[in-house]
Amino acid sequence: MNIAASLRTAFRALAANKMRSALTVLGIIIGVSAVVSLMSIGRGAQGAVTAQIQGIGTNLIFVRPGFVQEAGVRSALGSAPTLTLADAEALADSVMAPSVAFVAPQVSSRYQVTVSGQNTNTQIVGVTPEFQLVLNYQMAQGEFIDPSHVQGRSMVAVLGSKVAETLFIDSDPIGQVIRINQRSFRVIGVLAGKGGGAMGISDDVVMVPITTAQARLQAQRTAQGQQIQTINVQAVDAKEINSAKEQIADILRERHRITGSDDFTLTSQEDIIGALSQVIGIFTIVLGAIAGISLLVGGIGIMNIMLVSVTERTREIGIRKAVGAKRRDILTQFIIEATTLSLSGGGIGLLLGWGLSRIISRVPINGQMLPTAVSLDIVLLAFGVSTVIGLFFGIYPASRAARLNPIEALRYE
Amino acid sequence: MIEIENMVKIYRMGQVEVQALRGITCRVEKGEMVSIMGPSGSGKTTLMNIIGCLDKPTSGSYKLGGIEVSKLNDDQLAEIRSKKIGFVFQSFNLLPRTTAIDNVELPMVYGDGKNRRKRAMEALEKVGLSDRARHRPSELSGGEQQRVAIARALVNNPSIILADEPTGNLDSRTSEEIMSVLKELNQRDGITVVIVTHERDIAEHTRRIINIRDGKVSGDILLKPRSS
Repeated sequence: MNIAASLRTAFRALAANKMRSALTVLGIIIGVSAVVSLMSIGRGAQGAVTAQIQGIGTNLIFVRPGFVQEAGVRSALGSAPTLTLADAEALADSVMAPSVAFVAPQVSSRYQVTVSGQNTNTQIVGVTPEFQLVLNYQMAQGEFIDPSHVQGRSMVAVLGSKVAETLFIDSDPIGQVIRINQRSFRVIGVLAGKGGGAMGISDDVVMVPITTAQARLQAQRTAQGQQIQTINVQAVDAKEINSAKEQIADILRERHRITGSDDFTLTSQEDIIGALSQVIGIFTIVLGAIAGISLLVGGIGIMNIMLVSVTERTREIGIRKAVGAKRRDILTQFIIEATTLSLSGGGIGLLLGWGLSRIISRVPINGQMLPTAVSLDIVLLAFGVSTVIGLFFGIYPASRAARLNPIEALRYE
Repeated sequence: MIEIENMVKIYRMGQVEVQALRGITCRVEKGEMVSIMGPSGSGKTTLMNIIGCLDKPTSGSYKLGGIEVSKLNDDQLAEIRSKKIGFVFQSFNLLPRTTAIDNVELPMVYGDGKNRRKRAMEALEKVGLSDRARHRPSELSGGEQQRVAIARALVNNPSIILADEPTGNLDSRTSEEIMSVLKELNQRDGITVVIVTHERDIAEHTRRIINIRDGKVSGDILLKPRSS
């Protein structure tokens, strides 16, 4: 019996019980569309997070202070040599660190910011002019901090878009004076909104010259200079990230006279993206597996209907065997019927799931759009799983049909 | 053509053993038209099923066209059914939602699949039903359905047609028609025809009557050809 004849027979048998076939297929449709839409949400979230982290800047390495451990005793933060402004300057050395393009150290802490009648609690970040370049900030108004501001510890501030909105509801912030921790700063610029909030990069921020922040707002000092929380380093290009990491580590080890474990940590943007997409990947698989349960239920529905169908068509099976059908012919016929059910459910479910994921991506949830993506592997997965379900749940009824004794089958009423 | 020697068939129904055939020996030559007669429970249907390769004897030998078939497995038996045997049943056994011509094509789906439509049409012409090819069994009379079944039985050019009470569900006039179709196939195409029946006048259409009683051959009568 060839495949075309088997398919024709299968379609004829399924068409004979349209309602029953449709309900059976519905079980698979629901399962597949749930898997497809949930996985597309997970996949979309992965893409969105990656894009957001890449939006911070390009080819970034984040240098942060670590802990020093001597004879099993972990020193308190600040007692060990940690990162300083001098370290940041050393990293910018183009001879020692040829793979490093820009270095942008930062310090940050939260303070109350006030301006006549309005106030807000926000992150105050001390930065250098390179910060704008490295972390890819655009100006909405005015100017960013320039080298002379850093040199002169100027009392100037650049507002994040959100802070500007909060403090200056309907007036122009440029040239206005704000008070941070009881000290007056003149606003010289407003940043364009970046959206999101990954890696401490948000629009709820006020930037001041790093020297000003250290001298006027903070009191933490170390032996070599004043302590820094993060040094943002941009590598010259993506291929140089690893060599940049090595150069940074070498310079810092030498400067900190480290022989044992490092007192700093290096994290590249890729490391962060990798870790986050792994987490979201697991989350996606869990979602998919939950949706997979409904697919399993759909599969059991197929098995159930196929068993009913085999019993109903016992006489037909007897006739087919009497005119020369072998076991394999009957087996193939019923497996093809089951697979036809599951595959058509898979196809329709895929379309429905794709449609659902399109709708989800257009409806804001908690004020945020959740991007979704139906990728080729999800499509293949949906078809693969529905084929396997058809085969798996079709084999038992089909083998029952194939094993029927022709004489008894012909006598069956 | 058919050589049966000392054939025994025992059915097991739970604890009870039923001896359906108790040592049957008979031969049917190629081109013969034979009736097997006997009261119900005599074992004639069992014999028919074994001759038709739907069942296997418990012991004894059965040669079909010189081949010992009593020891073959299910798939090999299916192969023989497909190539050598055509069945006609009392209750027609056509596929209900399928047209006459599709029913006739069915054996070719599992056997030689070339020129299916053309050969199915030729078979329907032989039984005089070519004008009803597109009708479903429910739209045909009993006689017509049985003729479709005969067309299905002969479409693979079998050497034997086995008919189990072929006229059991038909009135006497239609029964005559069906018997004349079978006789024609026997005389014109030389197909061996074996008919199981309990009706004397149906059996008398054939040349030879084998009587079965209690699982044994109780008589083997050659009839004179009818003048008609």
